[in-house]
Amino acid sequence: MGRTSRTLSSSLGRKMLMAASGSFLSLFILVHLAGNSSALLGRTTFLAYVDYLHSLGVLLHFFEILLLTAFCTHVFLALLLFFENRKARPEPYAVVKSSGGATLAGQTMIYSGTVILLFLVLHLQNFLFIDRELPVADLLRTVLGNPALAVIYLIGTLAVGLHLSHGLWSLCQTLGLEHPKYTSTLDKKAALLGLAIGLFFALIIVVALFYPGFLL
Amino acid sequence: MSRTISLTLRIWRQENGTSQGAFETYRTGPISTEMSFLEMLDVVGERLTLEGKEPVAFDHDCREGICGMCGAVVNGQAHGHQQGTTLCQLHMRHFKDGDTLVIEPFRSRAFPLIKDLVVDRSAFDSLIAEGGYVSVNTGGAIEANTLAIPRKIADLALDAAECIGCGACVAACPNGAAMLFVGAKVSHLALLPQGQPERSRRVLAMVRKMDELGFGSCGNRRECEAACPKRISISNVARLNREFLKASLLADEE
Ligand code: HEM
Ligand code: FES
Repeated sequence: MGRTSRTLSSSLGRKMLMAASGSFLSLFILVHLAGNSSALLGRTTFLAYVDYLHSLGVLLHFFEILLLTAFCTHVFLALLLFFENRKARPEPYAVVKSSGGATLAGQTMIYSGTVILLFLVLHLQNFLFIDRELPVADLLRTVLGNPALAVIYLIGTLAVGLHLSHGLWSLCQTLGLEHPKYTSTLDKKAALLGLAIGLFFALIIVVALFYPGFLL
Repeated sequence: MSRTISLTLRIWRQENGTSQGAFETYRTGPISTEMSFLEMLDVVGERLTLEGKEPVAFDHDCREGICGMCGAVVNGQAHGHQQGTTLCQLHMRHFKDGDTLVIEPFRSRAFPLIKDLVVDRSAFDSLIAEGGYVSVNTGGAIEANTLAIPRKIADLALDAAECIGCGACVAACPNGAAMLFVGAKVSHLALLPQGQPERSRRVLAMVRKMDELGFGSCGNRRECEAACPKRISISNVARLNREFLKASLLADEE
């Protein structure tokens, strides 16, 4: 085995790939959120953002492919590690109790991740794999104006918030980014940032659902 | 002030690594709250012996929290609920009269069960043999002050060196990972001048061995740090990740 493949196939290497793909996905999420929030500023701003995005043409497709690669790597490794780690304790404990380290977000990474995955299938069906007859602004109004869909979108975005509230700190730890000067509060700041991202997405959905003038 | 309490114990009994195990329930007689957890198990064991039954097997040596031999999972927590203490240093005053305690061995694929609460932790020895040491030439010891070590670094190294290798981190980790143990060993040597010559080789070899031995991988869930009787910090896990990344990218060693 070559050096690179040996490094990346070790338990630490796999986690580093997980963290690297997670970082890339997190950056995407931030940019996506910044773009989406233009919907709060009205139809003209939002459509200008959408037009700009599409004017990127082949560049946009390049980033879509990067994103898909990172996503597939992340999901593949998540499942691989999940099943491997279950094998590391063949005989389960009769009683399991946290000694104080565990957080809800940290314990549920695989579940919040699965919710994100399922949500994405719907999300891409709604916005990407669709005949674009309507302007995107009206498409968004139709999708989020439907209460059932809006609730699913809320669940999806809150899952992203939960995932990131552990993930943003976890990736620093995995990549060895740690120093007594900033680490003591890094976990809390990362958790807040993660949740804030989820809640900001949720805010857009709530506005779309309850404000009749949304994107008109 | 000394009181006595009575407890119900549900203890994992298993003849050997290949036999079927099961929980057995025992009622203790009056137990002094001055006793340690292991002394309480001694009392129960003596009674079982007198009744002609097999006493509960458990590991122990120093009984003062420094050797790392003792350990079991009590009500779901490695070394019990008292933070920063080994099982031998956990005292019965931390329990209430009438409590039921479920006592299980440390469970991990890498720690095969020997008998009852005794597990084989020689996987840790294999890890140490792989790099948890420094090679020095014999001869007269050099004058201590020749090696200047900043106070802060010495403190960090000593904090990591507090690890007694009990295995509670593996037992507490939802993934059965040995990252805190290996992180502590790699850190304490990587921080000190004596550890430099073998720094890259050490981390690469120990990580490879860790994977071979069947430990899980780290999910940064922090249960290890919370369960550690020596309160080894997970910043040592971050340092292990950093050392591994650096050595993998930059070192000549394979
Ligand atoms: C928008 C999408 C996503 C983002 C931004 C994201 C981000 C992250 C980040 C930053 C981490 C921390 C990496 C580390 O522990 O070092 C992480 C971990 C994780 N992610 Fe994701 N993720 C996403 C989607 C998913 C999906 C779809 C799954 C699927 C099943 C998933 C499963 C996991 C799991 C299980 C972990 C923990 C791995 C471990 O600790 O061993 N993620 N994610
Ligand atoms: S018996 Fe030595 S640490 Fe508990």
